[in-house]
Amino acid sequence: MGYSLDFGWLNEALGAIARGAAMTVLLIAVTTVVGTVLSVVGAAARRSRYRLLRQAVTVYVEVVRNTPFLVQLFFIFFGLPALGIRLDPVVAAMLAMTLNMAAYTTEIVGAGLDAVPKGQSEAALALGLRPRQVFVKIVLPQAMKVIYPALTSQIVIMMLESAVVSQIAVRELTYEADMLQARTYRAFETYLIVTLVYLALSVVLRRLLVAGGRRVLGAGVS
Amino acid sequence: MIEFTFWDILRNLLLAARWTVALSVAAFAGGAIVGLMILFLRISKNRWAVRFASGYIALFQGTPLLMQLFLMFFGLPMLGFRIEPWTAAVLGLTLFASAYLAEIWRSGVDALPRGQWDAGASLGLHYLQELRLIILPQAFSITRAPIVGFLVQLIKATALTSIIGFEELVRTSNAINNATFEPFTVYGLVALIFFVMCFPLTQYARILEARTGVR
Repeated sequence: MGYSLDFGWLNEALGAIARGAAMTVLLIAVTTVVGTVLSVVGAAARRSRYRLLRQAVTVYVEVVRNTPFLVQLFFIFFGLPALGIRLDPVVAAMLAMTLNMAAYTTEIVGAGLDAVPKGQSEAALALGLRPRQVFVKIVLPQAMKVIYPALTSQIVIMMLESAVVSQIAVRELTYEADMLQARTYRAFETYLIVTLVYLALSVVLRRLLVAGGRRVLGAGVS
Repeated sequence: MIEFTFWDILRNLLLAARWTVALSVAAFAGGAIVGLMILFLRISKNRWAVRFASGYIALFQGTPLLMQLFLMFFGLPMLGFRIEPWTAAVLGLTLFASAYLAEIWRSGVDALPRGQWDAGASLGLHYLQELRLIILPQAFSITRAPIVGFLVQLIKATALTSIIGFEELVRTSNAINNATFEPFTVYGLVALIFFVMCFPLTQYARILEARTGVR
């Protein structure tokens, strides 16, 4: 038994952990912005007049939601080059994360759009706004307010799931942990520290999103 | 060099999928048992028990599953257990599942009107009887949709155990891919197998959800 925990390596490892955390933050920042925009487009497309478009979005959402993120990542990173599309690991990770998150948030945004009373868009149309203005200025802000907590949760979940992209050698937090433990032979301690960093990241990210949401969408966002 | 035909690939993947199913079932069963205990702590009247259960749930929901699996895989040997990927995978996913199941059931318990407890008490039932006869059956029944939804999440989560060396669908597919150099076909088939397992459950969850919505 005589095993004692040793954190003596930690001092020299702080740089690597910080670099990894920065990459994780970059990944989730890009995913959040692109994924949210994409899911608004997806949710609108799912409610459009064109049946083919509606079906395409439905298929995309169902395929992504019913397969593991790891497999999607491998498919994009290892599978697409067979079709001549070769991606840098970071780009592949961002693409996989964005497509994954957008599938979930398309459903969330869609639920928000459905929750806005029809009278709102009717009133806006009656005031002479064009349909696009109605969507962007009247319906979408109200929908976002309703779904903001669910959206926040999904972003945090995606941040945690991004640990998986270490498997295609993206130098984020988990990848740095893998490297560290290979050098220090202190696997448990290394992953324990990195787990705590993830925990802190998820708490901070949630706080930031809530504060940002209050500022942009107004009070009443929890 | 052995030649793999399409059917060889598919056959090997399907054989490996048995382990994905076995792991999902084991983790769900284990998670239900541990989750029930966490639920009891979470809804108890003891402040420390509630605090512990909340912390437990927040910990597992606030850290990546991959890290939980690594800690299980590297941590248990330090306590003197000889650990293999299967054990680490089952234990890791069991704890992961228990946190989510406890939280879902708690939401069910919270959703019940206060009067259910009061009525139970006025019938002379003590705390455990109230739980067993009145509260839990209703809580389980109204949370059936999210539980099935979580099962889908759990099946997908088993893919991560490939990283700690458990020989399930994804790990087998990596090996096959290394031998055949046909990543498009191999990972496409893996995605398809997962889809076939998960999609019916997703649809079932949707039906349940619609049903509870009506009531």
